[in-house]
Amino acid sequence: MKLGTTLGAALVASVSWASMAAAQTELSLWYHGAGNEAESTALQLIIDDFNASQSDYTVVVESFPQESYNDSVVAAALAGNLPDILDVDGPVMPNWAWAGYLQPLDINEGVIENFLDGPKGYWGGELYSIGFWDAAIAMMSRQSTLDALGLRTPTIDSPWTGDEFMAALDAAKASGDYDFALDLGMPWTGEWYPYAFSPFLQSFGGDIVDRSSYATAEGALNGDAAMAFGNWWQSLFADGYAPGTSQDPADRDTGFIDGKYAFSWNGNWAALGALEAHDDVLFLPAPDFGNGSYIGAASWQFGVAATSENAEGASAFIEFALQDNYLANFSNVTGLIPATSTAAAMTDNYAEGGALEVFFGLSEAQALVRPVTPGYVVFAKVFEKALADIANGADVADTLDAAADEINADIEANSGYGH
Amino acid sequence: MAAINQDNRGLRLIVRYAVLTLIAIIFIFPVLFMVMSSFKPNLQLLRDTSSLRAFLPVGDISLDNYYDAFRRAPIGLFVFNSVLVTGVTVLLSLFFCSLAAFSFVYLNWKGRDLALTIIIATLIIPFETIAIPLLLFVSKLPWIGLEGIEIGWLDSYHVQIIPWIADGLTVFLFVQYFKDLPGELIEACRVEGASWWQIYVKVVMPLSGPVIATAAILKFLVMYNQYLWPLIVVQQETYRPVLVGLQYFFQLNITWGEIMAYLTIVTIPVLAIYLVLQRAFIASIASTGVKG
Amino acid sequence: MASKLTTSNRAGWAFALPGFGLILLFIVIPFFFAFYLSLTNQRLVSPNPTEYVGFSNYEKLLSISVLTIEPEVDTAGVVLRDDAGEAQYPRVRSFTRNNPDFPQYDGMREWFRWHWGGTAKVVVATDVVFWKSLRNTLMFVLVVAPVQAALALGLALLVNQKLRGINIYRAIYFMPVVVSIVVVSLLFRFIYDGNDGLLNNILSFLTFGLFEGRDWLGSPDTALGAIKAMSIWQAVGFHMVIWLSGLQTISPTLYEASSIEGASKWQTFRYVTWPGLRNTAVLVIIVITMQAFALFAQIDVMTNGGPLDSTTTLVFQAVERGYGKQDISGAAAISVVLFLIVLSISMLQRYITRAR
Repeated sequence: MKLGTTLGAALVASVSWASMAAAQTELSLWYHGAGNEAESTALQLIIDDFNASQSDYTVVVESFPQESYNDSVVAAALAGNLPDILDVDGPVMPNWAWAGYLQPLDINEGVIENFLDGPKGYWGGELYSIGFWDAAIAMMSRQSTLDALGLRTPTIDSPWTGDEFMAALDAAKASGDYDFALDLGMPWTGEWYPYAFSPFLQSFGGDIVDRSSYATAEGALNGDAAMAFGNWWQSLFADGYAPGTSQDPADRDTGFIDGKYAFSWNGNWAALGALEAHDDVLFLPAPDFGNGSYIGAASWQFGVAATSENAEGASAFIEFALQDNYLANFSNVTGLIPATSTAAAMTDNYAEGGALEVFFGLSEAQALVRPVTPGYVVFAKVFEKALADIANGADVADTLDAAADEINADIEANSGYGH
Repeated sequence: MAAINQDNRGLRLIVRYAVLTLIAIIFIFPVLFMVMSSFKPNLQLLRDTSSLRAFLPVGDISLDNYYDAFRRAPIGLFVFNSVLVTGVTVLLSLFFCSLAAFSFVYLNWKGRDLALTIIIATLIIPFETIAIPLLLFVSKLPWIGLEGIEIGWLDSYHVQIIPWIADGLTVFLFVQYFKDLPGELIEACRVEGASWWQIYVKVVMPLSGPVIATAAILKFLVMYNQYLWPLIVVQQETYRPVLVGLQYFFQLNITWGEIMAYLTIVTIPVLAIYLVLQRAFIASIASTGVKG
Repeated sequence: MASKLTTSNRAGWAFALPGFGLILLFIVIPFFFAFYLSLTNQRLVSPNPTEYVGFSNYEKLLSISVLTIEPEVDTAGVVLRDDAGEAQYPRVRSFTRNNPDFPQYDGMREWFRWHWGGTAKVVVATDVVFWKSLRNTLMFVLVVAPVQAALALGLALLVNQKLRGINIYRAIYFMPVVVSIVVVSLLFRFIYDGNDGLLNNILSFLTFGLFEGRDWLGSPDTALGAIKAMSIWQAVGFHMVIWLSGLQTISPTLYEASSIEGASKWQTFRYVTWPGLRNTAVLVIIVITMQAFALFAQIDVMTNGGPLDSTTTLVFQAVERGYGKQDISGAAAISVVLFLIVLSISMLQRYITRAR
């Protein structure tokens, strides 16, 4: 008897405890920052504040290593195991939205009014994801280099033209002071190629795919503008301006600092390291090859999984996280560009006179998102291989034709990717 | 005369050791590189790679990389997970695969040749090519857990173990080895009335030291270096193994020294297992002299 | 051996079933599922319904054909020649892209060509990368399998000597196997570096500066060779261990007998050691062949299949397409083709060894 009542009491107690716990719905959040202590701490700060700010939800984070994050999410989606809140790389978002991994984001549009364009993830006219920051690329060089080579300093309003840029490379090459004039980061395979190099193609007037319809790459990737880009690209390696695909990854990391290269095409994440080594480092805008100066846009963003039963809470968390002080804090610990100018003003590096302020301007003026289509993940691979092949001496016309054909075949195999 | 012979023998010995050592130099340098690099700061490490300094403990030597590596990732947890998953899988694999091989070699049963052909054919299938079908399959399998029957094996140890227990290579290793054991011995045991199980446990397995050691180390390597499978079936950090953990170190600004420190730590269990199993090669069938 | 024994169905099945059942469940069934996928248009990520497409994935993969092109001629019918005196040919793309006269070549690309009787014979394929990866894989297997097996046997004989401290050498030779292939591949990227890589520096030192640096992984001529050399070196310890366990099964009494009869070292090897290693040899050759066909990690870390597809392999392509390009059905088709190739090779191997 006694045992029975004890058990009963325990049961009642545990049930009431369970229902209390149920009142606090758990929201699972997946993030790509495993191994990145600074980012994890900055995210945890937001989560703790959110959890304390209301009593309906508790956000619990699971971190994944960035390198394999997309594979993990795709596998989990196949197995029906997605969390409530996901972070997603900007150019990949349309793929996941189209496949039904994500649902449209239900947040107050007023909150993101003054955001940079890069961190806003739209697909099919709806907002699916929103980021705290953007990343930007610049042509790194040093004032002393420009002076020694007798070059003018390009600005956002008046960037180098294609000819000026090639003249700069010629001067660097002729000086004999460098192993190579230009370091493009060729050993960084993967997303770096389309992110860093497709803006050059756009500056020539071409593109990875025809953005007016997203139905074909014919003409965009293998038209006259693209051919001009391809020939230029090949000449960078054939004429010895830049190290090719077999560049030592160590040289990519340290070559510019060691003075092996006059110019380095690199992201803002490498900026502080360069500044530490030399105090006259410059972050120059992308050259204009006739059709404007561009750099890639969109970095990691947050969205809500389609399978989430707590979309309301998930959206509430994301909206909560978009406050300027959190954006500024994230930027301070990661060195990335905050999504709003008001947050930028609160940061160490991007405030007026900050060491990296120039990147905010670059991002604002030159950033162009990669093609907004579910097929981008495939096109990016095709583009990467085409650029590597051309760099290694493949016939430009044949390679670009083949790439355009492969992209078109992929669009067809996917019934137009829902455009 | 005797003295000359002695000299000859001494000289030969020196030559033998010289050859062995020369070859050893060719084989030891990845480990040297890994270990030495783990003590160096990033820039120096990268600069050293173009010269023999890469294999020497020179320059700015410290344990900083180890300290940072432990801060970056729960290394103890990853090593524990890998050792647990690997250990259990290896033990079960040795048992099930040797048992099957025993049956293929010594027993005569209907369907035997077909079954063996199928098993050997599976050697050809690279895991990468069946990973996705297998993922879809295990995500539908039931499991009896603490809270009753659950559907789906994801996020667990058993999902990393059970599909890997039996494999064609291990079965094949045992089959080839058993073929070399003296059949007369087994027949004699049968005549004396021993059951098949007794023969397996008391006669065949005790004679199988070398192949057990070989199969164990090979399976250990495969399991310890698992990457793709845990990546797609494990979402929680709690169950992650060492090679997935390696990804924690590939950030935008890579600190190669930390990676080398991490790899040095996670290589220790493999080296230890090899050194332990190496003894089994010596305690071999050759010394028992049963082979006719 | 078993044939001499009486049939024992119950014990036989009972012993084999756990292992065999697990293999069926977790390897064979998923493989059949992969085969089924290769007959559909299944994508890794897609909301579109899966459709049965028959053998069209195989058709795309395997379509190959020879295109004969005549040299270009001027209005007088004289063959146009370039500065070096070589005949000028029209571009292949003029036949394979949007040319209604040659619908059979539509979308195909040049793999390689040869000249024959004043015309150029161009081998064109729908999926040139697949053919290149097939060729690379076969070249890799043809070199690596015999060389690695022989070197491993040499090492095994070397460390099978009864010498003090021999265990240390055994452990050292095994070390590259212990270190993850990912690390080894990273290390060799530094060693093979074209600018100031260790290999170039050493070769230059040994030849008193006569050797000019090479970009080992950056040139299509040397990239696959460099990877072959590294792969042989990396896994040779693995096969040494298998040979070693085979050596232990040879009775010392046989060696004593041959030494009493005054056999030379070679004779001992030829008539005692080698016959005793027959089953081990079959094992080593099969294992090496399988592993060589599965070449992937080195490529993934070191070259990504480049430069110009000179190092791409079948498994690399299967992974690249299935996961990278989300084309699961196309990747499955490659796996099935790979499976059939290896299966026929091993059946051929078996047939040859039986005939003897």
